[in-house]
Amino acid sequence: MIEHQLRGLLAAVREGRVSRRAFVHRMVGLGLTAPFATSLLTHAGMAQSAAGADYKPTKAGGGGPLKMLFWQAPTLLNPHFAVGTKDQEGSRIFYEPLAAWDPDGNLVPVLAAEVPDIENGGVAPDGMSVTWKLKKDVQWHDGRPFTADDVIFNWEYAADPATAATTSGSYRDITVEKVDPLTVRLRFKSRTPFWADAFVGQFGMVIPKHLFEAYRGANSREAPANLTPVGTGPYRFVDFKPGDLVKGERNQSYHLPNRPYFDTIEMKGGGDAVSAARAVIQTGEYDYAWNLQVEDEILVRLENSRNARGRTEIVAGGNIEHIQLNSTDPWTEVDGERSSIKTKHPLFSDPAVRQAMKLLVDRASVEKYIYGRTGTATGNFVNSPQRFASKNTRWEFNIERANQLLEEAGWKRGSDGIRGKDGKKLTLVFQTSINEPRQKTQAIVKQACQKAGIGVELKSITPSVYFSSDTGNPDTYHHFYCDMQMYTTGMNAPDPGVFMRQFLSSEISAKANKWQGRNITRWRNADFDKAYKAADDELDPVKRAALLIAMNDMVVGDPGVIPVVYRRSVSGMSHQLRARLSGWDNVLWDLRNWYREA
Amino acid sequence: MSRYLLRRLLIAVPSLLGISVVLFTVLALAPGDPFGDLATNPNVPPEVAAALRTKFGLDDPIALRYLHWLTAMLHGDWGFSFVSHVNVDTLILQRLPVTLLVIGGSQILALLIALPVGVYSAVRAHSVLDHVANLLAFIGFSLPTFFTGLLFILLFSIYLDWLPFVFRADIAATGWTWYWEQFKQSIMPVAVLALFQAASWTRYVRSGVLEVIRLDYVTTARAKGLPERVVVIKHIARNALIPVVTLVALQMPALFSGAIVTEQIFRIPGIGSLLISAILANDTPVIMAVTFVFACLVILFNLVADILYGWLDPRIAYR
Repeated sequence: MIEHQLRGLLAAVREGRVSRRAFVHRMVGLGLTAPFATSLLTHAGMAQSAAGADYKPTKAGGGGPLKMLFWQAPTLLNPHFAVGTKDQEGSRIFYEPLAAWDPDGNLVPVLAAEVPDIENGGVAPDGMSVTWKLKKDVQWHDGRPFTADDVIFNWEYAADPATAATTSGSYRDITVEKVDPLTVRLRFKSRTPFWADAFVGQFGMVIPKHLFEAYRGANSREAPANLTPVGTGPYRFVDFKPGDLVKGERNQSYHLPNRPYFDTIEMKGGGDAVSAARAVIQTGEYDYAWNLQVEDEILVRLENSRNARGRTEIVAGGNIEHIQLNSTDPWTEVDGERSSIKTKHPLFSDPAVRQAMKLLVDRASVEKYIYGRTGTATGNFVNSPQRFASKNTRWEFNIERANQLLEEAGWKRGSDGIRGKDGKKLTLVFQTSINEPRQKTQAIVKQACQKAGIGVELKSITPSVYFSSDTGNPDTYHHFYCDMQMYTTGMNAPDPGVFMRQFLSSEISAKANKWQGRNITRWRNADFDKAYKAADDELDPVKRAALLIAMNDMVVGDPGVIPVVYRRSVSGMSHQLRARLSGWDNVLWDLRNWYREA
Repeated sequence: MSRYLLRRLLIAVPSLLGISVVLFTVLALAPGDPFGDLATNPNVPPEVAAALRTKFGLDDPIALRYLHWLTAMLHGDWGFSFVSHVNVDTLILQRLPVTLLVIGGSQILALLIALPVGVYSAVRAHSVLDHVANLLAFIGFSLPTFFTGLLFILLFSIYLDWLPFVFRADIAATGWTWYWEQFKQSIMPVAVLALFQAASWTRYVRSGVLEVIRLDYVTTARAKGLPERVVVIKHIARNALIPVVTLVALQMPALFSGAIVTEQIFRIPGIGSLLISAILANDTPVIMAVTFVFACLVILFNLVADILYGWLDPRIAYR
């Protein structure tokens, strides 16, 4: 059914009735990612509209300094060791991947000569390999040529478990071979419908073989180039102080003409997001500020202040603030662990309670009063597109209906106003990390629940504990020793399949796997597992998209999770700075085309 | 004297050991680990965090980890940061000059304010100026530095737009422009720390002088017909400031911790901000090293204070 609709929509794009961008938006609305949606279009023979960068300067250099403020500063500059995005951004100044994701989810070649697809023979029809042609005459900052050997080396380096690279997930299941000095072929172990992972985007930055070759595996920490990067990027390394400052200067032999525009680049770290917003938007001391996790109200006030010198730039990405409902019993210990899959949640095992919870999340208020422009209410993995919405992707806030559902299911109000049934009281504990918007959201949910006769006890945990991987601490989010919890999960992986893995019954987080499993909610559904398996092996992107959408509906329909808002990433920029930001890649993905308007 | 010094230094060894044991255990028992970020990222396989934990020895028992740390430390190896993979001593040395500059500057400024104001308000006790100085002193040490820091930023950077509020360790200028830029960006953090310090010192100087000013030898000095300036500077201040000198020495370590907050507000890349970011990232080797340096400073400055005291006041003997 969904597949049929998808094909119809693709036809509409081909005939020009629906724009490419609108198509991508709709796909994102169904829980897919923009890069994935674009791959649908490419597959249907509608190759990318070459959205060339809008770059005005006619010569390289002359732009003076570019000053950026990152309130979390990079601590290391080797992309394969990046812990978190801050390190990736720092590395991205100097290193480049073969291709990057633009805001619409198109692949843009960077170190590659072209993006592989079926027509140009880059992508094998059987889904077992992909061939990348590398750009000619690209030089490392030290003058050595960039070749296929460098690409192959990066695979060996990241895939080696002794290196303990954080990028290893993208490289361990592939093999890379040299076809000629400027061509490499990636071979996959199984049919891989979504191949644009290794060497692409945030995990794809390529480091030079000649400087890292001697430091592979166990002694990878000792490489001097970990701190003094030599890349292919638009800016050359000048200075690095971990946790404080990264400095670079213009790469005079950059492989694109007339670029880059700025003479020097500086990335300063430390402090907090609010004062970073001030330094860019209000006082203009800096040109760019990263990840302004600040209440929208404050941002609006800064933008409207007397002679404001900057603006905010908000881009859609894949971050979803969502509430998880525990499928297991968090209050009974079985074999030394709570929330064991051998148990069932005493209250949520009643579908009526789950459906009622879904009706009790007032997303409109959360959006309006808490997140503003930085979060959009969603009942799906984003606000559902009008024409394409299936019934179960719509969200509503309806206390009456929730009351009615609970009443029908036999949950009667007690003398204290809290409902109960068979001696069980309808009270829940709701945990999240300490973060002001989250506490406000908790309060909104609690208020609505009380009106429906559900008692909610709120719990907030320090983020450093809540998000740690400490197996001994019961308060981490993977232990989930609680009825409900809320946090943001990133769908930044361009392939939605990775995101869906968190609902597989084989991925359940438990004591046996030291709570490393991705399935935190312990939600299980045999149909879902089957669909996932099918999608993992499906080469026709349209069929795969249909499967993924159906999986999404399963999770949201029989709620394992209740999506709340779709969080966007917010940057601060001076009025003159021109930069394209993408929600599917690092913010510095297009640094080479950044410039300042006179 | 040298025997006294030796004994004091020997006593310091067990206290440093004790401090390091307590620090290490508390850090090891504290929740969180440096690879928490990896765990929340769906693209990073869980084995990576596990491999890193084993590689950095985080899964060993606490006692064993402590012994490793201690033996390395005795060999002069401070270990390396889990987060940046850089040697800890390099990180600290990178950050030290800025902290010394800011703290040194603020100490000097604080003394320049506290000495004249304290002496003056004691000599002219209960005058209008004395009352004003008292009032300001009370305000000064009641306001925490993070508050005055924000206040300064709001006033001087945002409303008046005179001073930058982001501190930069390497200014891209040479010669006089460099000094001028450095001066401009240092004013606010130095002033914030100095005013806080000066406020309490003014009170100490004042009471020190008040105690001395009534003594007979001062009256004698005045009776000899010495000018008031000489009486105050040579006869009163010299004796009155003995306790103040030790106080300044004792407060040095406290100042380092006071600088932590200030460094965070102004983005000063000093030791304090290094400590904060290390704590937030659960970067144990860095936290250990920085707190250990602070502990050494406390012990060292205590010793310095004791020695100074005896040197200034010959009535005190070392035993």
